[in-house]
Amino acid sequence: MSETVKHSLMFAFVGVLIILDGTTSFGIFAGSWNSALGILNMGLVSAIMALGVNLQWGFAGLFNVGIMGFTALGGLAVVLVSSSPTPGAWSQGGIGIIMALILGALTVVAAVFITKNMTKGKPRVLALTALLIAGFFAYRAVFDPAVSGVEAINPALYGSLGGLGLPVLLAWPAGGLLAAGAAWLIGKTALGLRSDYLAIATLGIAEIIIAIMKNEDWLSRGVKNVVGLPRPMRKEIVLQEDPGFLDTAASLGLDPVVASTLYVKITYSLLFTVVLLALLWMAQMGLKSPWGRMMRAIRDNEVAAEAMGKNVTRRHLQIFVLGSAICGVAGAMMTTLDGQLTPGTYNPLRFTFLIWVMVVVGGSGNNFGAVLGGIFIWFFWIKVEPMGAGLINFVTYGLAEDSALKLHLLDSTAHMRLFTMGLILLLVLRFSPRGLIPEK
Amino acid sequence: MSGNPYQNDRGNKDASITSTSGRSTIEPGLKHSGEVKPVIGDSPFLVGDTMTGGYGKGPDILHECTIAVNPGEIAVIVGPNGAGKSTAMKAVFGMLNVRSGKVLLDGEDITNLSPQDRVVKGMGFVPQTSNIFTSLTVEENLEMGAFIRTDDIRNTMEQIYHLFPILKDKRNQAAGELSGGQRQQVAVGRALMTQPKVLMLDEPTAGVSPIVMDELFDRIIEVARTGIPILMVEQNARQALEIADKGYVLVQGRNAYTGTGKELLADPEVRKSFLGG
Amino acid sequence: MDLLNALVALTNYVMIPAVAYGSQLALGALGVTMIYAVLRFSNFAHGDTMAFGTMVTILVTWWMQSMGINLGPLPTALLALPFGILGCMALLLFTDRVVYRFYREQKAKPVIFVMVSLGVMFMMNGLVRFIIGPGDQRFSDGERFIVSARDFKAMTGLREGLAFKTSQGITIITAVVVVAALFWFLNRTRTGKSMRAYSDNEDLALLSGINPERVVMYTWMIVAGLATIAGVLYGLDKSFKPFTYFQLLLPIFAAAIVGGLGNPIGAIAGGFVIAFSEVSITYAWKKILRYLMPENLEPDGLVQLLSTDYKFAVSFVILLIVLLFKPTGLFKGKSV
Repeated sequence: MSETVKHSLMFAFVGVLIILDGTTSFGIFAGSWNSALGILNMGLVSAIMALGVNLQWGFAGLFNVGIMGFTALGGLAVVLVSSSPTPGAWSQGGIGIIMALILGALTVVAAVFITKNMTKGKPRVLALTALLIAGFFAYRAVFDPAVSGVEAINPALYGSLGGLGLPVLLAWPAGGLLAAGAAWLIGKTALGLRSDYLAIATLGIAEIIIAIMKNEDWLSRGVKNVVGLPRPMRKEIVLQEDPGFLDTAASLGLDPVVASTLYVKITYSLLFTVVLLALLWMAQMGLKSPWGRMMRAIRDNEVAAEAMGKNVTRRHLQIFVLGSAICGVAGAMMTTLDGQLTPGTYNPLRFTFLIWVMVVVGGSGNNFGAVLGGIFIWFFWIKVEPMGAGLINFVTYGLAEDSALKLHLLDSTAHMRLFTMGLILLLVLRFSPRGLIPEK
Repeated sequence: MSGNPYQNDRGNKDASITSTSGRSTIEPGLKHSGEVKPVIGDSPFLVGDTMTGGYGKGPDILHECTIAVNPGEIAVIVGPNGAGKSTAMKAVFGMLNVRSGKVLLDGEDITNLSPQDRVVKGMGFVPQTSNIFTSLTVEENLEMGAFIRTDDIRNTMEQIYHLFPILKDKRNQAAGELSGGQRQQVAVGRALMTQPKVLMLDEPTAGVSPIVMDELFDRIIEVARTGIPILMVEQNARQALEIADKGYVLVQGRNAYTGTGKELLADPEVRKSFLGG
Repeated sequence: MDLLNALVALTNYVMIPAVAYGSQLALGALGVTMIYAVLRFSNFAHGDTMAFGTMVTILVTWWMQSMGINLGPLPTALLALPFGILGCMALLLFTDRVVYRFYREQKAKPVIFVMVSLGVMFMMNGLVRFIIGPGDQRFSDGERFIVSARDFKAMTGLREGLAFKTSQGITIITAVVVVAALFWFLNRTRTGKSMRAYSDNEDLALLSGINPERVVMYTWMIVAGLATIAGVLYGLDKSFKPFTYFQLLLPIFAAAIVGGLGNPIGAIAGGFVIAFSEVSITYAWKKILRYLMPENLEPDGLVQLLSTDYKFAVSFVILLIVLLFKPTGLFKGKSV
C-alpha cells in the first residue's frame, strides 16, 4: 500500500467516524447529524489551529505555548469588527480610551528611544524611570474616567465600545491580523533576546491576553460575555419563517427546526472547509517554495544557514507571526460559530495543550498530518466522555445503582478527557514519534 | 527526516524550557558491559591490540591499530591532524565500537566493558575538553573523582595537593574560575583520585602557554615515576616524544612508526614528515 | 503614630503576604530548577505534581480528622504531609520508570522531554480531578491566627491591625527549614555533590563512576518533596483547587527563570522577586498613603497600579525586564 493511499484511508476513517455519529446511535455515537456536524465544525477549526502550530513547530522548531492567546484575540476581533456599535459609546469616552492607548504607546516608544540613544549609566536609568512613571500616571488619568464613562452606558446590555458593525466574515482576516500583531510584538522581544525564550513568553502573554479580555469591560464586556454576535448566514428563526425554506425542508421530509439547524451547520462546515483548504494549499505551496526550503534548511542546520548569510531570527519571526495569524483566524471562526465571546472559558489545557496533542499525533512537520490530527483528536475529545461512562458502567456492573463509588466515578467521567489526551500523547510520542502522517 | 525521531528537535533552542549545557555528548561503544576474560600468556600491562573500528555505525577510523604501555612508562601517540590519535585512545577506553581486535588490562580482556566499568577496573581518563566540573570547587572535583571509592580518600587527596601545590591554595574556589593550566591540573588530579592502574591523557597541553606546558610535562613525569603507566595523545610531538618511553606515530588510523621516544626523534623519516625537519 | 500605622499596614497587607507567597513560589521554583538542572528540561507537569502531592495530603488529613487525630493549634495537614510526600514520590518514580527513562535511553533531545511532560501533565491533571474533583477544597484546621488583628490593636493601641495567620507562620518556618536542608544536602553530602556534578557535566560524571539513574532517582524524590510541601503550604494559606495549581506554573516558571534556571539560589530569589512585585503592584496603596501624606494631598483613587487579575502580567513583565538586562537570570543559570 503506497503512502498516499494509506493516508487517504486515514482521512476516510475519520470521515466514517463522523458519518457514523450522524447515522447510528450505537455505542459512543450520538446518531444525530446535529452532533456530527458540530464535531466536524469544531474539528475543522481545530485543524486550522493545528496547521498554524505545525507551521511554527514542524517547520521552524518554535515552541509556542500561547496558542490560547492568539485564538482569543481572533475572538476579540469578531466582537470589534462585527458587533454593532454601542450608542453613545464614542462620545462617552471612546475617544478618551483611544487617546489613552496612544499615550501609552508613545510612552513605550519614548522609552525605547531613550534606551537606544542615551549612553548607559545613572542618567539613563533615571530618565527611563521618570518617563515610565509619568507616562503611566498620565495614561491612567486619561484612561480611567473614559473607561468608567463607557462602562456606565447601560451595563446590563452594553457597557462596552461595541464594534464597527461590519460583516462577520471580515472579522476572520481581522482576527488573523490582530493575532499577527501580537505575535510580532512577542516574537520581536522573545526571539531577539540573546537566547530564545519563546516558550515562557508565549505562555505568559496568553494569560495576559485572557486577563485583559476578562477585565477590560469596555473592550469585550469582560466576564459578562458578548452574546448574539452576527452570523455569516441567516439565523434559524429567520429560516423557519421563510416559506421557500419551509417548502424545501418539507420536500426533503425534514422538520423545519431540524432543517434550519442543519442548514446553519452545513453552511459553517462549507465555509470552514473552504478556509481550511485555502490555508492548507498556501502552507503546502509556501513550503515547496524557496522560502520553505530555506526554513527547513535553517531548521536542520542553523549554523550553516547563518554562515550562508541567512538572518535566522528574522525568518523565525516571520514564521511565528504567520502561524499565530492562522491561529487568530481559527479563533475568529470559532467565536463566530459559537455566536458569543466568553473570555471565562479560555483554558490553556483546551486551547493550547490540546492543539499540541493534535500536532504531535497528526505528525509534526506534515500539514496533512496536522489537519488529520486536528479533526481526529477533536472527535476523541468529544467522545471520551461517553466512552468513559460506558467503561465505568461496565467496570462497576456489580455495584448497586446508588453506590457512592459508582456515582463518584460517573461524576468524574468528564475528567477522563484530560487523562486520555495525555495517554494518547504519551503513546504516540513513545511508539510512533513521527505521528500518524510522518514528515516526508 | 532520517535518523532517530527522538533526537530530532527541529533546531529548537528555547532556553526557557531546555538546557543543553553539560549534556552528554559521548556515544559509548558499549552501553552494557559483557564478560571479562582472563588472558593466557604474556602481554603488556595495557594494550589495545590490532583495533579496527569507528563511531556508532559510521565507517572505520582505526585500522589494526596497536597501542601498549607498561608500568613506569610514558607512551605517547602522535601524528598529523585527523590521524585518529584521540580515536585510538577512545577505543582503548571503550568509547568506540571496536569491531575487531581487543583491549587487555592487567591480564584481563576488557574489550566488552563499558567506559564506566573500565574506570572501576582502574583506568583513569582525562578527556581533552570539559574535563572538570566547572561549578564545583577544586576539592569537590577531587572528591567526585574518588566517587567509586569507599575507603578513606584523604591520603590520596594529600598526595595530589603535594603533586599540584597550587590546587591546595585554591581548594575552595570553583574550578571554572581557574586558569587553563590550573584546570588541567584539576583534571589530572580528578583522574588520579581513583588511584588508577593506568592514566590516559587526551592532549593535556591543548591551549596552554609553552611555559605552562613544560610545567605540566614535568608533573606528568612525576606521576609516571610513582609507577603509574601513562598513555597520552599529544599535538606537540617533539616535546612529547622527548619525555616518552614509547612513541606511536599514527597515520590515517594505522601504526606508521613505533619506537622509543629517542628513536623516533632520531628517525629521519619521522623528523621530515611530522616534526618539521 | 501615623508612621507606625503606615508601617503596620504595610507589613499586614504587603510584607507578610508577599513573604508567605514568595516562600511558596520559591519552593515550587526549586523543584522546577532541580529538574531543569539534572534532567535538562522544564517540567510542565510541575503544577500538577504539586496538586497530586497536596491531594494525597488532603485525603490523609481528612482521614486523620475523621479518626480524631490532630495537632492541636497546628493544622492536621502537617501530620499528613509526610504521607503526601511519599505518595508523590511513588508517583514520580513510577512516571520516571514507565515514561521518562525510555527517552533517556534514547538520548532524546530535551525538547522531546518537554513534550512528554505535557502528556504527563494532562494525565496527572485528569487523575487529580478524577479522584478529588475539580472544586475548591479547604483542609486547614487548628488555630487560624498567631496574632489576630483585634488582639494586635488591643495590644498596641494602634488604629491599624496586624494579622499573622498560622498558615503564613508555618509557611515561612517550613520554607527556611526545607531550603536549609536542601542546601546542606547539595553542598555537604556525597550524593548531593554527585547531583551537582552530574548537572555540571554528564560525561565526566559518568567517567567518575556516578550512576546517572541514581542521580535522576534522587532528583525526582527531592522534587516530590519540594512540590508537595509547596502545594500543601499554598493550600493551607489559600485553598486547594486543581486548576489553580496548574496555573501556578506560570509564576513558578517565571520565578525560576528570573533567578536563573538551574540555580537553586536563583529560584529562591526569583520566588520572592515575583511575589513582592505581584503583591505590591496589585495592592491598593491608598490605606498606607493616607497615613503618610498631608490631608489635602490624600489620593482620591485606590492607588492600585493594576487590578489583581493582572498578577500574571506582573510576573511576566518582571521576567522580561530581567531577561533584557541579564539573559541568564539574576544569578547565573544552570549550575546546581
